[in-house]
Amino acid sequence: MGNLRRTMLFCPASNPKHLFTAMIYKPDCLLFDLEDAVAYSDKLAARDLMAEALKVIDYEKCEVFVRINSLNSEFGQDDVKELVPAGLRRMRLPMCESKADVERLHKLLDEVEEQHGIEKGSVKIQCAIETPIGVHNSLEIALASDRVVSISFGAEDFTRTLGTNRTREGKELFLARSTVVMNAKIAGVDSIDTVFADVGDTEGFMNEVREAHNLGFSGKSCIHPSQINLVHSVFTPSMEEVKSSIKIIEAAAKADISKGGVILVDGKMVDIPVIEKAKRVLNLAEGAGIYAGGQSC
Amino acid sequence: MLNKIKRDIPQHIDNYGDAKPYAGPFATKPEGIRMSPTIVASKPMDRKMVEDIREALEKAEVRDGMTISFHHHLRNGDFILNAVLDELAAMDIKDITIFASSLTNAHEPLIDHIRSGVVTGLNTSGLRGAIGKAQAEENILGKPVVFRTHGGRARAIESGEVKIDIAFIGAPACDEMGNMNGMEGKSAFGAMGYPIVDAQYADKVIAITDNLMPFPLNKISIPMTLVDYVVVVDSIGDPTKIASGATRVTKNPTDLLIAENAAKILIASGYVKEGFAFQAGSGGPSLAVCKFLREYMIEKKITGSFAAGGVTSYLVKLLEEGLFKALLDTQTFDAEAVDSMKRNPNHIEMSAAMYANPHNKSCTAHQLDIMVLSATEIDEKFNINSLTGSTGMIMGALGGAPDTAAGAKMTVVVAPTMRKRIPIVVEEVTNVVTPGDTVDVLVTERGICVNPEREDLIEKFQAAGIQLMDIKTLREKVEKFTGKPEHVEYTDEIVGVIEYRDGTVTDVIYKTK
Repeated sequence: MGNLRRTMLFCPASNPKHLFTAMIYKPDCLLFDLEDAVAYSDKLAARDLMAEALKVIDYEKCEVFVRINSLNSEFGQDDVKELVPAGLRRMRLPMCESKADVERLHKLLDEVEEQHGIEKGSVKIQCAIETPIGVHNSLEIALASDRVVSISFGAEDFTRTLGTNRTREGKELFLARSTVVMNAKIAGVDSIDTVFADVGDTEGFMNEVREAHNLGFSGKSCIHPSQINLVHSVFTPSMEEVKSSIKIIEAAAKADISKGGVILVDGKMVDIPVIEKAKRVLNLAEGAGIYAGGQSC
Repeated sequence: MLNKIKRDIPQHIDNYGDAKPYAGPFATKPEGIRMSPTIVASKPMDRKMVEDIREALEKAEVRDGMTISFHHHLRNGDFILNAVLDELAAMDIKDITIFASSLTNAHEPLIDHIRSGVVTGLNTSGLRGAIGKAQAEENILGKPVVFRTHGGRARAIESGEVKIDIAFIGAPACDEMGNMNGMEGKSAFGAMGYPIVDAQYADKVIAITDNLMPFPLNKISIPMTLVDYVVVVDSIGDPTKIASGATRVTKNPTDLLIAENAAKILIASGYVKEGFAFQAGSGGPSLAVCKFLREYMIEKKITGSFAAGGVTSYLVKLLEEGLFKALLDTQTFDAEAVDSMKRNPNHIEMSAAMYANPHNKSCTAHQLDIMVLSATEIDEKFNINSLTGSTGMIMGALGGAPDTAAGAKMTVVVAPTMRKRIPIVVEEVTNVVTPGDTVDVLVTERGICVNPEREDLIEKFQAAGIQLMDIKTLREKVEKFTGKPEHVEYTDEIVGVIEYRDGTVTDVIYKTK
């Protein structure tokens, strides 16, 4: 079972309190930000804080990502050079627009890993897709390196560069979100949906979460702890789904239809796609801690 | 000598007397007979109205060495205590013992009256700000402050352990014969839980009001049968300062997380069921627990018997939604709750004795199923400190925590593991206020710990799939962030005695170096 990435909680790395409290909300992933959330004058201090935090803080089951500054900026390369030796193994590359952007980071990581005796390829990348050209090239971006584990969609910069405004309904994002999800699936990586900025609008947030789930995203970025359980409630299978999936898997194992054919489970037709879906449900349930290899817990 | 919770208590404490060590929540049996006030008489045409506080004090025959009681329902907005002390100073009265239900930051002028010798003794539930600091660092009184719980204070009065010479009672509504209530008028604060007891046992009772109403008052919390004099002043206080910010459900995500976890604990315990009784402190995560509890009660169609304690608008909402049949109220925290008490017969005023005096034939605290408390420190033995900081400063209160913890079937502490990098979970608390043998569960944002004595609860929580943590492990986890707190150095001078509700001593506070 791979890591679940249902939720990715954004926290500015410049705030020491966030560095040692963020994991208590139990998101699947934490994303400490050195880029937009940190003022220019705080960039170096935030990086130092982040490095210290990586060395001493136990983030328990949370997968820790850091959004580094652009490699074109005066900070990006040093973010990589300082944080990887401090223990960082997941980073988000902002504003990816082509495979060349990813390859540049890949090469830098090769050098840093070698220099510090870190196993080659152990640092993984999440590529942030935030522009129309990025969306257009999202497949080549996702395939640009075997370090890429996920691609994320950022609606704020996307609508800005598209020359439109973000609406509560989000129709302007439909094509881009679908494209990102599809290309992630083709490349075999996770896809993370954009943030929803109005923390007080639970209804609007839930609509967007349900839509992201239906589109096929692996998870959603969150900007407030109160959003985490809401996302998990949508992205975690219900116990009914888990029970029905167990039944399907068990029936399929007895009938052996791996080479084709159908069976009936509770009067419903089950074929290979249904079995695959059942496996996915159980995988999600196991990652969410509600199912443990054959037993619901 | 070591008491049951291993705190070293001197057998004799100067200016306090012999100390009885805490022996367990119900181990020490009371002896003797109750306080019996002097018989008095009244005649037709008797008048109680006096011109001002000075005249009331003169008629009450105030003199050096007396014990004068006050109550803190107006909390940070109280004007009465300062006004009375100024008058005592002007009359050159000395050596007064203040017997207050609690003292707040509004009472800081008290420091000058202590330094000038007007006040030489303090009995209270809490002490904060400059007074707490001055006592902890300088022992400005020159003797210990006696800290009592709300139930313990009522017990001390009813048992005659403390004799009140003059009781000052702030009355938001009062008639000229001294019938009074706390529900009407510009300074309405709600329940008069503490002075209901004072009025019954004090030698002289003086009502101070800023709202003289025609006789007879139609809602009477304290009747004229107990009142000697009535003084009208411009204002007895500012009710908007009763509980600034403490009565709204928090938006702090950490507090909400703690509250949500606490609600899971309450539900898994099995105590949240038809007819259950509940109390939670105001503010922070405690009040937020009510929010999650409410959702569960609505979903499961559960109606509780009563909710008690300091009553907030949130508890009123639960009453009005039919989730509890009654509120039992000693102290009201906001205007909406005051209004509820005035109009809703199921919002019931109770005295501090009915609330929590353990030496009566029953009390509300003993009827509780669940109590939710907060803490400034909790240690590996589940002892709670809500009075002193790790710096040795006196900066809090006992309140009703030891009373309700002893009474409730399950006591749950909700607290963050650290505040401004100061750990809340410690090896040993600075001072014990609520003994750990009455505390069952600690819920924090980083783990849930159950007192090992409560095997029944551990079993229930594990069956519900709730992950538990040993409290020592939690303490060590927190210390990885905060470091180990440095211990403050103390002198051997005792500046405070912390009494348990039954009059035994749980701990003493020493002056800092």
